[in-house]
Amino acid sequence: MEFNIEIGDGVSAAVDYIRNNFQDGLDGIATVIEWVADGTFIALDIMPWWLLTALLVVLSLWRVGWKFSLFTLGAMLLVVGMGLWEETVNTLALVLTATFIALVVGIPIGIAMSRNDTLETLVRPILDLMQTLPPFVYLIPAAMFFGLGKVPGTIATIVFAMPPVVRLTNLGIRQVSEENVEAGLAFGCTDWQLLSKVQFPLALPTIMAGVNQTIMLALSMVVIASMIGAGGLGNTVLTGIQRLDVGLGFEGGLGVVVLAILLDRITQSFGHGATGGLFSFLKSVFATGSRAEGHSGTRDEAKEASPAHGRNG
Amino acid sequence: MSDAALQQPSARDDARQEADEDRIVVENAYKIFGGNPDEAYRLLGEGKTKDQIFRETGATVAVQDASFTVKSGEVFVIMGLSGSGKSTMVRMLNRLIDPTFGTVSINGQNITAMNRKALIDLRRRDMSMVFQSFALMPHQTVLENAAFGLTVSGRDKADREARALEALEAVGLGQNARSYPSELSGGMKQRVGLARALANDPPVLLMDEAFSALDPLIRTEMQDELIRLQREHRRTIVFISHDLDEAMRIGDRIAIMQDGRFVQIDTPDKIVSEPANDYVRSFFRNVDVTQVFKAGDIADPGVQPGDGVTEISADASLDEVLSIVSNADGPAPVTGEDGKRLGAISKTALLKTFDKSR
Ligand SMILES: Nc1ncnc2c1ncn2[C@@H]1O[C@H](COP(=O)(O)OP(=O)(O)O)[C@@H](O)[C@H]1O
Ligand SMILES: [Mg+2]
Repeated sequence: MEFNIEIGDGVSAAVDYIRNNFQDGLDGIATVIEWVADGTFIALDIMPWWLLTALLVVLSLWRVGWKFSLFTLGAMLLVVGMGLWEETVNTLALVLTATFIALVVGIPIGIAMSRNDTLETLVRPILDLMQTLPPFVYLIPAAMFFGLGKVPGTIATIVFAMPPVVRLTNLGIRQVSEENVEAGLAFGCTDWQLLSKVQFPLALPTIMAGVNQTIMLALSMVVIASMIGAGGLGNTVLTGIQRLDVGLGFEGGLGVVVLAILLDRITQSFGHGATGGLFSFLKSVFATGSRAEGHSGTRDEAKEASPAHGRNG
Repeated sequence: MSDAALQQPSARDDARQEADEDRIVVENAYKIFGGNPDEAYRLLGEGKTKDQIFRETGATVAVQDASFTVKSGEVFVIMGLSGSGKSTMVRMLNRLIDPTFGTVSINGQNITAMNRKALIDLRRRDMSMVFQSFALMPHQTVLENAAFGLTVSGRDKADREARALEALEAVGLGQNARSYPSELSGGMKQRVGLARALANDPPVLLMDEAFSALDPLIRTEMQDELIRLQREHRRTIVFISHDLDEAMRIGDRIAIMQDGRFVQIDTPDKIVSEPANDYVRSFFRNVDVTQVFKAGDIADPGVQPGDGVTEISADASLDEVLSIVSNADGPAPVTGEDGKRLGAISKTALLKTFDKSR
């Protein structure tokens, strides 16, 4: 007796149904993502290689230290020398785009989870599942709904990279000490003030650890997403594999490793070691008033305040 | 609650207090965590204890049938062992914890019936709080921390920084405005906590074991600081403590909590001279009363001083009192700082006080 369960047919039907009925929504998502991705790529690509390199070196010097800035310089020269500049910028743009959208969506989800136990118990198993699925799995629905190219690649990356920041935002806010929350309330905070003036800032070191992990996952996924046409360094690796060109594959891989180290060290520096640094950085970016003073002495405190060092993405 | 709850101000209160209005009025307040509160309430009525009720229903009776009044300008200390409901009680005064039953009124307004917006206004304007673990914001400077309440209530930057700086100067931290909390010692951190509470100039201060995390020397220093601040500007303070020395030093009245109930609310000297039960007595069993009391504390306004007996000032130690009273023919007159007669101390009264410390 034959026993067939036609899951494939069912899924196809469901995909068709969604595509037929929610095409506008899908198009909207695709447009937004394409817009952000293109914007990021253009912003990076418009710079000559030496300018972007100089910016990264300065960032390394400011956030990490002079030794690391030398590494950054060497690494960028290596990338240029290998003739992979365009691909590297492309990958960097995709990582930044996917990370940006993952944070914009993921941080509010994490905040909502921290305020609602029911939501937490619902979302937690979904996050667990998302993190155990092999990354390739994300390519299939992305390709089904959005075809091939940069947009489905970015979407697969967003979905794959989002869990850590959701998880650690939730955790970070729940870990804020009870007395600090009470202090906020006792001085008359509204819900929004409590979140923006107490919970979020105190959770920031933990949230930044999540951001770091999300970036790392995004980088690993962008490489895989080249299989559905996302382009960039992943493409170089893929071509190397397809042509059995070990040298080319290795060069592509080296580019990815270089990016990984750069992104990791720089984002980690925002997570711990310098809350004050991040705050004055954010302040200098967003603040309306000017306030340059007050750097000193925040390093120790940030170490105390940061429960999550390092990463395990 | 025991009937020993005397609401009468002591001689000391009379001397210090002009405005004598009721600032905080708590009537039959209960807090029951978890379980079925109505059921727990019914069992309390049957005379069941907190432990029995927890075993039977899973509900924790944190505070039961609390009623007391705090006068304007009074320092009201709540004492009790850990778990006796002090923190819960003080949090019902600004509704960080909602009472399960009963009412709390501040300045004649029933806050248990207030909506959210009115409650937020009340917290911004009329009361602030100091915490045991300081609860400062590590990412903000000392100045920003002190200005926290003002920031929250939307004061503009120049105004709030000026006021915060003033508050910091009042607690001796004007020089540290630009530091971060991590750079300060425990005592300094709590001065920031105090400055934050004083910055919006609230009539009511709630202090939950505010000095308990500090080492003894610093703790005494902070108590002196508080006494000094009270002398400059009297506020109504509800102060939680588990330390009798502290309660005696700063309290105009002391309320003792046991298993969520107030077993005695009295002036410090009454607490020592007429403890309501053994639980209350246990607090000063190991305390050297002669070190706690000054002449002013045990002066009895109802006693006539003997003729020609040397005047004693209110802050004279009991050792000094002893040397005078033991050689005198009658009770010794006690005079306050302002020259007002507080009462007199008889030999018997003095002996009774010494007896308490054994
Ligand atoms: N949020 C809560 N949920 C359940 N029980 C609580 C809660 N807060 C306090 N309690 C219980 O209420 C009682 C009084 O606690 P608390 O007011 O903190 O006492 P204190 O401050 O005197 O040590 C204790 O038995 C404590 O376990
Ligand atoms: Mg407590």
